[in-house]
Amino acid sequence: MVSHPGQVVSASGVQGGRWVSIWSLLALTIAAGVSVPLLAVLSSFLTPAGDVWRHLWQTQLLELILNTLGLLIGVGVGTVLVGTGLAWLVVYYRFPGQTLFEWGLILPLAIPAYVLGFVCLGLFDFTGPLQTLLRGLLGAHLRLPTLRSYWGVTLMMTLVFYPYVYLLARAAFLGQGATALETARSLGRTPLRAFLVVTLPMARPALVAGGALAMMEALADVGTVATFGYRTLTEAIYRVWYGMFDRPAATQLASGLLGFALLLLLVERLSRGRARYIETYRRGTGVTPTRLHGWRAGLATGACLAVLGPGFLVPVGQLGVWTWRTVQAGQLAPTFGTLLGNTVYLATLATAGTCLLALVMAYASRLSVSPSVRWASQCATMGYALPGSVVAVGVLLPLAWLDHTIVAWLAARLGQSGSLLFTGSAAGLLFAYLVRFLAVSLQTVDASLTRISPSLDDAARSLGAGTGRVLRRIHLPLLRSGVLTALILVFVEVMKEMPATLLLRPFGLNTLAIEVWQRTADAMWQEAAAPALAIVGAGILPVLLAVRLSVRR
Amino acid sequence: MRRVIWMLHSVMVSMLFSMGWDAVCLGQQPAAEEVVVYSARSHYGQEPAFEAFTRDTGIAIKSFGGNPSELFERLRAEGDKTRADVLISVDAGNLWNAAQTGLLARIEAPELQAQIPAHLRDPDHRWFGLTVRARTIMYNTRNVKPEELSTYEALGDAKWKNRLCLRTSSHIYNQSLIATMIKRHGEAKVEAMLRAWSANNPTMINGDTGILEAIAAGQCDVGVTNTYYLGRLLAKDPNLPVAPFWANQHTTGTHVNISGAGVTAYAKNRANAIKLITYLARPEAQQLFVTTNFEYPANPQTPIPPLLASWGTFKQDDINIAAAGEYQMTTIKVADRAGYK
Repeated sequence: MVSHPGQVVSASGVQGGRWVSIWSLLALTIAAGVSVPLLAVLSSFLTPAGDVWRHLWQTQLLELILNTLGLLIGVGVGTVLVGTGLAWLVVYYRFPGQTLFEWGLILPLAIPAYVLGFVCLGLFDFTGPLQTLLRGLLGAHLRLPTLRSYWGVTLMMTLVFYPYVYLLARAAFLGQGATALETARSLGRTPLRAFLVVTLPMARPALVAGGALAMMEALADVGTVATFGYRTLTEAIYRVWYGMFDRPAATQLASGLLGFALLLLLVERLSRGRARYIETYRRGTGVTPTRLHGWRAGLATGACLAVLGPGFLVPVGQLGVWTWRTVQAGQLAPTFGTLLGNTVYLATLATAGTCLLALVMAYASRLSVSPSVRWASQCATMGYALPGSVVAVGVLLPLAWLDHTIVAWLAARLGQSGSLLFTGSAAGLLFAYLVRFLAVSLQTVDASLTRISPSLDDAARSLGAGTGRVLRRIHLPLLRSGVLTALILVFVEVMKEMPATLLLRPFGLNTLAIEVWQRTADAMWQEAAAPALAIVGAGILPVLLAVRLSVRR
Repeated sequence: MRRVIWMLHSVMVSMLFSMGWDAVCLGQQPAAEEVVVYSARSHYGQEPAFEAFTRDTGIAIKSFGGNPSELFERLRAEGDKTRADVLISVDAGNLWNAAQTGLLARIEAPELQAQIPAHLRDPDHRWFGLTVRARTIMYNTRNVKPEELSTYEALGDAKWKNRLCLRTSSHIYNQSLIATMIKRHGEAKVEAMLRAWSANNPTMINGDTGILEAIAAGQCDVGVTNTYYLGRLLAKDPNLPVAPFWANQHTTGTHVNISGAGVTAYAKNRANAIKLITYLARPEAQQLFVTTNFEYPANPQTPIPPLLASWGTFKQDDINIAAAGEYQMTTIKVADRAGYK
């Protein structure tokens, strides 16, 4: 339940203070490590950036900032509405296709946003089959509003980013159990009203966390905004970097994105205030869904299809058609198996590492009384708001410095020149994934961890359990679905990550995303379909697995 | 906890493993004969010309791809320890930038210099054009007669109001076109041209292929794209109602850009690197480029495939293409001032 200031919330730290500080120390160390690339990005301010800023200020900076803000708001509102609405439908109601939709609605996550954008433009823009057909029927002078607009970009991003909200909202709704809701209903509330008054406020941390993730994705996205010709701060970064050859100025602009991310985190914190969102206890009773009939059932199924159709079925269908043509033409890359293996290998390592560290950090912020740990961990997640190649440069610069220092040291000691150890190693790439995606796992784990009552910790601790034991015996079992969600999200994210992989990958190591890049970089979209489809396919497997593991109790 | 520790352990081991694997790769003595290529042009990795080189010389090619600016960043970070011998990139602006920031070495290669016309290579011998990418006016053959067209500048004429498709000024192809014009005519004149283009309410489309499809579908009647994109589309559908018009034939010539190569500053296999670039500039290798991607050869001795020949010969703008880099930053500023997005 929502408890308010004044109520005693936690007495952790009564026992085992030493362990608490070790957890804090661990969390602070991780945060420091993850912050290094962010600091490297910020350090670009040490290099004077010519008159790029003055030029931007005179011509377009305000427009860029307003566009970026507009996109953030649009994607935030869109994803929260769509994600929460769909989660509400599949958790509280039964309708045709509901069991399929329950996991199927996660799938758009596996579609890279720029791929959806490109496919939709191809199908629905002026030259696409739909408008061509309409012009054939209604006359050649038919002009429909173009998708290449603010609304087009917002729609595309909402369609692929809403699963963050959906997943977290669904987990929160399921986790709340039925008790509170039934109490409200027994007090005479209608089901909808009970949902709005009781369930929704209690799920707020999950909704805000999901919305924040979606908005940070929107900030980092460059492919979609470029495809749609919508000018944001992120697009300007690349205009300055690629066009003006001014990488320091580009990274300075990227720091502006960090500013936006900080703003998001602040809003999240402030909206949470000092309230706590805790389930009092879990009864065996899960939610009892209501069966829908007639037009209501049709409406529910229709709503799910209306999102899943353009967000998943259409792009996958298009990719499928293209892949089929590629296979028929015998153009499938011969190394396809190796690419898939490499991709899964990297994604597995990155996922395991990222989620483990997120768990440590989330738990440390729970244990620590001082807000410093929480703030440190939040700041460490801001890499998610940066485009992959900016993070990659932030990783590359310190790693290369380290390498050259080591080589110079070895050369002085041993009198022979070595080669670079970290630059272009899988370890460097995994580190970049960590910096980029820690936010995903941390937000997810944290959102489910805050729902567990501290009184459980206190009870266990007063019975003599250490902090590690409490985590293992009490939290982990309760966190199962939260951790699973984090694992899926990170796994899928890493698999479709392209720019950081492109820049940091070891020599000779290629992944599916690299294969996609090799084709799309030269506008060969049809040829890029096969690897893109494989990314989607490999993303579906863990989703299915997680669904099996998290069947409703 | 034990399970967690086990997980941590396995993650650590795997990380070390993957590091060790790279260290082993990097520590290897170079194979008897090889040359390492960093390529910022995606499909150079699979170019038939590379295979032909290995077949003819016995020198193995190892390539590593990436986007130009990011790849340069990596090359810079690797410094004197890089494995890269050759840097290949699309766009003269990128090559100019690489040279300018010390990533490329000056080489003396008389045969190479003789094969590639002077305006398609660095005056200081640090990079050399290998293929030519002509960027010209494309028109819908049903709605436009070629007589109505003349120059890039004339696309600002009011008769093209609402009939023009353009790429954004964020894209390097248009930046290079505008940069060379600025070098020739000065900022004021070019800014006026861009204002006139923008005044025609152009449809902004991100992608040359997209522009060509829009012209074919009648969304617009004229646009500016690279010719090889048209080549690819015509290979799929020979009846596409789009044709190239060679711009500025009576004035400065049609704008051409290049994709090209240079030897890296810290190349370990310098001799092989020069050998590779020289090889790629010969007509036999050039022919392999033009037949696979419909680009024009940089070496004028190379025979042209039938489709390209059907478009006729044209006068290239012979301003040294290094201008694309020198004036690129100015270009963006001018475009921003002119309101050309």
